[in-house]
Amino acid sequence: MPALLFFVAFGVIPLIGVFWLSFTTWDGLGEIRMSGFDSWRAVLTDPGLPHALWVTFLVTALSWAVQTPASILLGTFLAGFQRYRAVLSVVYFIPLLLSSAAIAITFKALLDPNFGLGAGLGIPILVQDWLGEPVLAFSVVIFVVSWQFIPFHSLIYQGGVRQIPRSMYEAAELDGAGRVRMFFSITLPQLKYTIITSSTLMVAGSLVFFDLIFVLTAGGPGDTTRVLALDMYKRGYMANLMGPASAIAVILVLVGLALALLLRRIGGRDQTHSQLEGV
Amino acid sequence: MGLPLGAALAACGSSGPTQTGAGGGTGSTATSGGAGGKATYWYLTGQPNEGVRTRAVERFNKANPSGGLTTTTFQNDAFKTKIKTAIGAGEAPTIIWGWGGGGLRSYVQAGQVDDLTSWFDQNAAYKDRLFPSSFGAATVDGKIYAVPVESVTPIVLYYDKRAFEKVGAQPPQEWGDIMDLVKKFNGAGIAPFSLGGQSRWTNMMWLEFLFDRIGGPEVFQAIYDGEKDAWNNPAAIDGLTKMQELIKANGFVKGFSSITADSNADQALLYTGRAAMMLHGGWTYGSMKADGGDFVSGGNLGYMNFPPVSGGKGDASNTVGNPAQYMSISSKATAEEKEIAKKFFLTEMNSDAQSKDWVGITQVPIVKGVDAQFGSGADAPWQKFVYDTASNAKSFQQSWDQALSPTAAEVLLDNIAKLFQMSITPQQFAGNLNEVIGK
Repeated sequence: MPALLFFVAFGVIPLIGVFWLSFTTWDGLGEIRMSGFDSWRAVLTDPGLPHALWVTFLVTALSWAVQTPASILLGTFLAGFQRYRAVLSVVYFIPLLLSSAAIAITFKALLDPNFGLGAGLGIPILVQDWLGEPVLAFSVVIFVVSWQFIPFHSLIYQGGVRQIPRSMYEAAELDGAGRVRMFFSITLPQLKYTIITSSTLMVAGSLVFFDLIFVLTAGGPGDTTRVLALDMYKRGYMANLMGPASAIAVILVLVGLALALLLRRIGGRDQTHSQLEGV
Repeated sequence: MGLPLGAALAACGSSGPTQTGAGGGTGSTATSGGAGGKATYWYLTGQPNEGVRTRAVERFNKANPSGGLTTTTFQNDAFKTKIKTAIGAGEAPTIIWGWGGGGLRSYVQAGQVDDLTSWFDQNAAYKDRLFPSSFGAATVDGKIYAVPVESVTPIVLYYDKRAFEKVGAQPPQEWGDIMDLVKKFNGAGIAPFSLGGQSRWTNMMWLEFLFDRIGGPEVFQAIYDGEKDAWNNPAAIDGLTKMQELIKANGFVKGFSSITADSNADQALLYTGRAAMMLHGGWTYGSMKADGGDFVSGGNLGYMNFPPVSGGKGDASNTVGNPAQYMSISSKATAEEKEIAKKFFLTEMNSDAQSKDWVGITQVPIVKGVDAQFGSGADAPWQKFVYDTASNAKSFQQSWDQALSPTAAEVLLDNIAKLFQMSITPQQFAGNLNEVIGK
């Protein structure tokens, strides 16, 4: 019951508030006036919306594509019980302990074309207009996001791999399977539900990416990295358009729900079955 | 009060390279003023300005033990969001500090700030002491809603005298010279202009001057007044075209879109000799002096008003930038709080003691005749230059992003970034902005 109470107080009520705000005109200062579908019309006819949706999708898809294989490999590697792996897993975990704002500021300083890493070490290839060229800026965002969150997902995969019964590997070894074969025939299939959990977290997380991109590129150059959450902030707090910002918030909620349901469907059919069956 | 306020606030210190000059403390630091503090006042961190603000409050609270000010300080960007949210929630401080212009207009339209016109009429002598140009951004529909305070900071064309000696050139006398200098400096391996393009408003300063020099202040005035299609003015299109010509000719340092102004990297490019010139606010003089080694003290920094464009209509004495800072009174405050705020304005803001403080940190307060206090120190010529520029300007255009409404300003900044990226044409730029005129 207390959980439900909290959910209503901090989840449902604000959500209803945002939904209601999306049918009003409010500059954040004065009176809130009902204005029907004005804000929705403004948002839905704005060519910036498909662009922001596309950017959000790209960030989500690309960061998933980069993080998942890296996290699985790293997680599998770290799942051994040797002491040096324990030390390494602590080292790998450090990026997750830093705040996104601090990471963004640090990378921004490192990537500065005049005073950054490239110029400092005299490595010409590192001297690029990292955050000023659309493709480079986008790549930097994906890289930094991955750098920050791979540790977390590695940890999940490490746990997943350790759950796999050793007897399976022993049996495979008797059959003469090599390490690669064992990885593809045992580890990967057994990680199915871990992959779905990790992916759900990644997708939900990327949808609301804000702080890192805000500090790193502020949506630039132009609006190359202007994701939906950033679009919402800029409309609401920079341009004083709370109505349209609320409409975007509602869209974000809907997209998030749809994606979560989709992921559940993909992995959901035999979710109730034990993974250990048939061992 | 154990610790002096100054010391307590200074303890927030500045951290990291991105914060130098622009603001030190993280988050907010609440400090309560003298005993019985009633009215509330929020202001910005970041030395040395913070110190001047703090000392003004200290003097006031000492003189008014029964009814002083309670203060809270914020870092620049945090303040902008916080003050807006607080006003919207009806929890604004008694004294609302800001930049005037479009932001103030939105407070006025929401009925959140008091009309101070009659107060100024009662205190005509106080009003007459201040720069007349400082009142434009405080005025909405003919009524004054804010007291101009603090210092004047026009946008200035800075240059590195060493770089000009190296290529054997003179500072530009008109726009054509700029294009010639671009070739010369690029040939010598020095970037012609430094620019922190990621911050967007840095790019805007160029357009402000080009519009003025080509078409005069009327061009932006028409936009400000909400005239239909005012961005399509031929002078505006000409200015936008010249801007893109300069970018195409590699007028700006390579990678300028990755450089932010809040990290002061653009200033560093100038004082380390990598860029020859920089168009930037008067506030950067102090930080270049502090961070640039002997660049300023060694007499290598040159400065001038933006040159004319030949055939242009604008007066060459015109300038743009921040005519002052502004303080309004929250309409939600009690009568008692409002009285304290007004007393603070009258006795402390723009007072001789405070003028001395601003002059002491190489700034120019908005008080007439303050040039007599500049003395003969190393910074006196700079202060005299700023004073003359501000007081002789036929037109002092407030920075566009402050003058326009927040809604229009955001669209403006977005499109300026795209214009500098060359991803939109001058005509597309004008078209996009015509859509938000008057909004």
